[in-house]
Amino acid sequence: MSMTGAQLVIEALKSEKVDTIFGYPGGAVIPIFDVLFSEKSMHVVLTRHEQGAVHAADGYARSTGKTGVVLVTSGPGATNTITGLATANFDSVPIVCITGQVPTHMIGNDAFQEADTVGISRPVTKHNYLVTDIKDLGRVLKEAFYIASTGRPGPVLVDIPKDIQLHKTDTTFPQRVQIRGYNPLTKGHSGQIKKAAELLKKSKKPLFYVGGGLHISNSIGIFRKIVEKTNVPTISSLMGIGALPSTHPRYLGMLGMHGTFAANMGVMSSDLLFAIGTRFDDRATGDLSKFAKGAKIIHIDIDPASISRNVSVDIPIVGDAKLILEELYPILEKPSIDSWIEETGQWKKNHPLSPETSGDGISPPKVIKRISEVFPDAIITTEVGQNQMWAALFYDFKKPRSLLTSGGLGTMGYGFPAAIGAQIANRDRTVIDIAGDGSIQMNIQELATAVQEELPVIVAILNNGYLGMVRQWQELFNEKRYSSTCLARRPSCPPQCKEPGDYCPPYIPDFVKLAEAYNAAGFRVVNEEDIIPVLKEAKKIRNRPVVIEFLVSREANVWPMVPAGAGNNEMLLGEEDLI
Amino acid sequence: MKHVISMLVENHQGVLSRISGLFSGRGYNLESITAGVTRDPTISRITLVCYGDDVVFEQIKKQLNRLIDVIKIADLTEKPAIHRELALIKVKAEPKIRGEIFQVADVFRAKVLDVGTDSMVLELTGSSEKIDDFTNILQPYNVTELARSGLISMERAKKTAKKTKGGKQ
Repeated sequence: MSMTGAQLVIEALKSEKVDTIFGYPGGAVIPIFDVLFSEKSMHVVLTRHEQGAVHAADGYARSTGKTGVVLVTSGPGATNTITGLATANFDSVPIVCITGQVPTHMIGNDAFQEADTVGISRPVTKHNYLVTDIKDLGRVLKEAFYIASTGRPGPVLVDIPKDIQLHKTDTTFPQRVQIRGYNPLTKGHSGQIKKAAELLKKSKKPLFYVGGGLHISNSIGIFRKIVEKTNVPTISSLMGIGALPSTHPRYLGMLGMHGTFAANMGVMSSDLLFAIGTRFDDRATGDLSKFAKGAKIIHIDIDPASISRNVSVDIPIVGDAKLILEELYPILEKPSIDSWIEETGQWKKNHPLSPETSGDGISPPKVIKRISEVFPDAIITTEVGQNQMWAALFYDFKKPRSLLTSGGLGTMGYGFPAAIGAQIANRDRTVIDIAGDGSIQMNIQELATAVQEELPVIVAILNNGYLGMVRQWQELFNEKRYSSTCLARRPSCPPQCKEPGDYCPPYIPDFVKLAEAYNAAGFRVVNEEDIIPVLKEAKKIRNRPVVIEFLVSREANVWPMVPAGAGNNEMLLGEEDLI
Repeated sequence: MKHVISMLVENHQGVLSRISGLFSGRGYNLESITAGVTRDPTISRITLVCYGDDVVFEQIKKQLNRLIDVIKIADLTEKPAIHRELALIKVKAEPKIRGEIFQVADVFRAKVLDVGTDSMVLELTGSSEKIDDFTNILQPYNVTELARSGLISMERAKKTAKKTKGGKQ
């Protein structure tokens, strides 16, 4: 049976059981959208920007484990996806991004809306293709889905010229895939797994250090069983949050620059760091020359390139975390670590996170804590900066895949479109984007998408009128020279303003009016006692997005903080630690 | 430390840019890279010479292995292997000193490919060090152009015969 390239693309998506496409049409991709016009098995979500489409597909993928699909046009359509692809690539998110391209005979001629998409996207994708022969199209699409979703997952881009979309072909979408250069190792080395079990048994101060790989490999269940069996204290990277419930007695919290006292002291005092699916990111380790000096390190990861890159590892185990942990579980023995449990417990007890912040206005951590009370089972997405750290530290995460955040690339503007994608994939759960007033404006156009799709996504804007995290650095390390971080600043403001005051001009935009302009619900919370009533009000709205602006303390800081270049035990715990 | 990697890759367009892009993107030092098709027309062999300490080199190998189009990697740094490079050298050669240059070329077993009124072109095949030496020696004669192919390498053939069943001869 003969069909066009465009029809083959849709057949491929059907065969891969794709139910949602996030996209934006344009000249070079009209043939594929034309097939979608009458396709009933797939829902096309029209975002307002291609970056929003990729982040939405990312949120869909992270919250479910399924591959997110993006369909955009050539040139600017493709270049607009780059930040989204880089975000997904850094955090190992499976995405297949299909881009239209100018017809093959025009490639290289600087045709209208032409870009070297494969060249531009190469460093930010796991792999990419330019299809120049219709005979390859089916195989390439099959490989794209296979590569995106296996091994260490990641985005794969397929660039399809318009003439290829229109050509007739007799080829079909293959059922099997064979790539001679790509054979991700899944089963771990049994000898190494035994050695790891031995080392854990003998350890006096062991610590599990978990990352995003635990969520990706769906091994939260087996990991929790291992913690029950061994009673070993656990710390988490930003991406690993949710591996244990935040309130679990053995959970010491997130480590790193804004990690908890217990987690950072734990990692510096441990004699065995058992890392699973994490890549020892610099924001987690601090100064590497001081990091976990007394510890032997076991490292499970599916990506060999993540092992012994930043820290040298004693027992590397390459493979799928779930398979390895399942093999490890029966041979694990409980180590005798009562005094270590006591020690870590004391750190936790004596240095809990404080939700109090300085200055007038609502304390941002308190907003997060109230969100946690009113919406105990939400999927939380974040933007990047203070909002991200407060969400990570103060929301009580219980389930896997419940914190969607741009950990590696640190993409402001990620959270809101990701929340849209997550809500589409999880209609029965509450999805909340915890945002700052700066980052929400990076993809605020997606309010239109959320309204049109009738999604009850809640956007909680912690409005301090600043690019808060940069301002915090400027306060601590640049003597309050708030250079280009005040979002209210106007020419009439005092030059070199170092603090907010009565003279501050009104903030723009008015987020409540903005929400209403899009036909979303808008609320503003000025007083702490109004937080819960407004959240409860928001809970009742189930057919459109809700924007809640919290006017928070303008100069609240995220504590604790390990200054850049310091060791993890050299934490500033709060304002009182500042000279 | 200098390292030599020989690898088999898919003979697709863009493979070379994936590899060179990996080096530039991650800040690795790449000295030379050569590519050519193998006996199997769907596979190319790429030989590259790079610099880095052991930790960096380990990462380079792992990162190359992550590329979908890379089929197989062999590290020829420590292994017994033959390394060859080809150089074309244009040198000033007034008639009265031609004889001298011929002699030098003869010592290095370089070929004379072309002779003009005041210059000549030599071809030399050998290890990179040999080519370095040759060009250094020619420097006083004024080398005006130098083209080097970059290294190609191959593991040596096994020199010990497999033991046959039944033991000694």
